[in-house]
Amino acid sequence: MNGTPVQSTLDPAPGSAAWPIGELGLVLYAGAAVILAVVCVLAISGVVAGPRRVGARRWLLTGGLVLPGLLLVALFLHALGIGHALVAHEGADALRIHVTGKQWWWEVRYEAGDDAGVLLANELHIPLGRPVEILLDSSDVIHSFWVPSLAGKVDMIPGRTTRLVVQADRPGTWRGQCAEYCGAQHALMAFHVVAEPVADFDAWLAHQARDAASSVDPGSRLGRDLFFRSGCADCHAIRGTAADGRLGPGLTHVGSRQSLGAGVLGNHVGTMAGWIAGTQELKPGSLMPSSTSLSGPELRALAAWLQGLE
Amino acid sequence: MTPTRAAGMSSLVAAGIVLGACAQSGRDAPVVARGDAERGRAALIALECGACHRIPGIPGARGTVGPLLDGYREQVYVAGRIPNEPDALVAWIRNAPSLDPGTAMPDLDVSEAEARDIAAYLYR
Repeated sequence: MNGTPVQSTLDPAPGSAAWPIGELGLVLYAGAAVILAVVCVLAISGVVAGPRRVGARRWLLTGGLVLPGLLLVALFLHALGIGHALVAHEGADALRIHVTGKQWWWEVRYEAGDDAGVLLANELHIPLGRPVEILLDSSDVIHSFWVPSLAGKVDMIPGRTTRLVVQADRPGTWRGQCAEYCGAQHALMAFHVVAEPVADFDAWLAHQARDAASSVDPGSRLGRDLFFRSGCADCHAIRGTAADGRLGPGLTHVGSRQSLGAGVLGNHVGTMAGWIAGTQELKPGSLMPSSTSLSGPELRALAAWLQGLE
Repeated sequence: MTPTRAAGMSSLVAAGIVLGACAQSGRDAPVVARGDAERGRAALIALECGACHRIPGIPGARGTVGPLLDGYREQVYVAGRIPNEPDALVAWIRNAPSLDPGTAMPDLDVSEAEARDIAAYLYR
């Protein structure tokens, strides 16, 4: 995908919970290397020096019980601390985002605007330098919310709400991925997290809370008419129009998103047209059918209108 | 040589010419001025043309919305409408609806240089 943002535990974002997780990984690798080296030296020296009598009981106790015991307890406590940091930050000031896992996309809701909140899909924006509480659940099977560069993974369990706190201190866009096998298109269930300065974030959220307005020439009603005539509105909601379907992702500002189909494609008028007409080819088994009965100009008009919903 | 035999010989020669021409039906690869196939490959990936097209050599390009873009140098018409010459293909990639209002391929806002690179890749 064009300019694929980073998705790697080896490249943690500064200030994020992924940083101590990455450090823990390094400690494990280094520790394992040291232990392996010591064992190798002992094994080789045993062969070189030939048979001799050793204090078996002492070796077994220190090497087999005391040393691993100390190391594992220390690592366990260290990992517990990191795990605690992932869900801590309880506070009234924390920004709250609700994310619901669905086969195979992510519904994202901000507590902003009116009671219904601000609904979007497959994309989260977070303000820099501020802890953000993400409340996770699922409407079908177990999913797992994972942005390797920002935090550890947390399962999304139907009927339960799990929590994750993320924070980023540097602007950037990171890719996240479902980390619990959830069906045929598990691999194509991705999302993006955009961290931006507070002012940009506030402007973005205010914009997302507004009604949709396509930048496409209002004189051309074809795209909009096709959206309703072709049944798109039965599954997709667009704030400010009669479209209020909830089966598929809300499309109020779909033109401003990073990806289409939960990370399947980048987002421009060409990929939009390809997605509308070739959904089942691009993401077989997804609930959205391929729209194969539109004429060429109709497909272009529909794609352009949706792209215009920025 | 009798007139009949002469006629027979000349028709054999004619047949030979026609057959020879058929054997050469594969055209020479059209050359796109200032087009670079390697850059074109990168552009095809970046623009995600594979959302609609199957394109050999482009990872993930398995779309079935538009035509398969294999062996494009052999193709006689672009989109079944315009004789397949480099400039026509470049113009098509840049803004398909301006050449055929009935096409499903949107105006993708591709730069001239990018379109030349893409054409060079398709003709490689």
